[in-house]
Amino acid sequence: MSAATDAVIPRILKTHEADLLEEWLREQRSAFRAGSKISESELRTQSREFLSLLQEATQGGNITDVQGPSYGRVRDVLGDVSRSRSLQGFRPSETATFVFSLKRPLFALIRKELATDTESMAAVTWSATELLDKLGLYTTEVYQKSREEVIARQQEELLELSTPVVKLWDGILALPMIGTLDSARTQIVMESLLQRIVETGADIAIIDITGVPTVDTLTAQHLLKTVTAARLMGADCIISGIRPQIAQTIVHLGVDLSAVTTKATLADAFRRALEMRGQRERLLRPRA
Amino acid sequence: MDRIPILRLRDLLLVTIQVDMHDRLAMQLQDELTARISETGARGVLIDISSLDIVDSFIGRMIANIAAMARVLDAETVVVGMQPAVAITLVELGLTLPGVRTALNVDKGMALLESATGEIEDLPDTDAGDTE
Repeated sequence: MSAATDAVIPRILKTHEADLLEEWLREQRSAFRAGSKISESELRTQSREFLSLLQEATQGGNITDVQGPSYGRVRDVLGDVSRSRSLQGFRPSETATFVFSLKRPLFALIRKELATDTESMAAVTWSATELLDKLGLYTTEVYQKSREEVIARQQEELLELSTPVVKLWDGILALPMIGTLDSARTQIVMESLLQRIVETGADIAIIDITGVPTVDTLTAQHLLKTVTAARLMGADCIISGIRPQIAQTIVHLGVDLSAVTTKATLADAFRRALEMRGQRERLLRPRA
Repeated sequence: MDRIPILRLRDLLLVTIQVDMHDRLAMQLQDELTARISETGARGVLIDISSLDIVDSFIGRMIANIAAMARVLDAETVVVGMQPAVAITLVELGLTLPGVRTALNVDKGMALLESATGEIEDLPDTDAGDTE
């Protein structure tokens, strides 16, 4: 591709900036149609900024290498646009449309500009396609990445939310577990429970599994480990909230819970815990 | 060379492990503690491992063994102050120390020992009641 054809795109972007912007905005409006989640003025601001930056970036003669340094600010703007759109609930195709809808107005201008020279018109059109495709793919990439960040953050929050250790009484802790227990979660549950036992000096911990939908061998094993570890530290554990289904599963799986105190509900477990404390205090009180 | 002190407190022996346990030290503790129990006729042994950060399977087994030996010599043993990380490690290693009494801290360990060994209650004025 010669230098002459290379200069066509920057020239068009520069001289027809206003026309291009209007055409492009019309194109975008028809793509989104009714119920657009983005306001007209915002769309206009984004589009204008993108166009002028693209114009600057192409002035250097670099048409297709969007990873290059001259496209740094273009990439920033595109990144912002697709990040904000992914947070607003746009689909990835809608996000990429932001860039792809520029094709039609740009190609129309190229055709007008090079009406007589079909050879270079094809060449310029091709490089414009390449440029816009790359930028479009870039928006999709950013979109994907910001979605993944959201998912990762939510997972983390879920992990923190789902493992609270609450103090029920002097020396009695409760750990209401909610949701499926996998290895990573049970590890965190175990650590936070043991840590709280040390901090509060609690003698009794109640693990309530009412919110756990299913128990498999791995989960049961983790529960047993937690109970044993707590015992090693000098605290007793009670498991409560075992539903009939789970009781059946545990027995069918051959998990031996005979060494662990189990209660049907958290209330029963709490009553038992208070009794245990009472007994212990009576035992430990020096005889008068 | 390090040595783990064994303190006598009325009818109890108090062992506080404050250095990194290595294998020879554990063997030495086992020898000395059993000797002291039979020498003093102690009724209870309290092993404080709250400063112990790292255990391996050998040390875990030694703790279990020492507790078992003390029981054979008619002394109740309480292991107190185990760190969460140590507890998790021991459980992962499959060393659940069955039959070993445990307590959260020395206070509770003393109280537990006193309730377990009836003898001590007859001694005049123990302070343990206030500690709970």
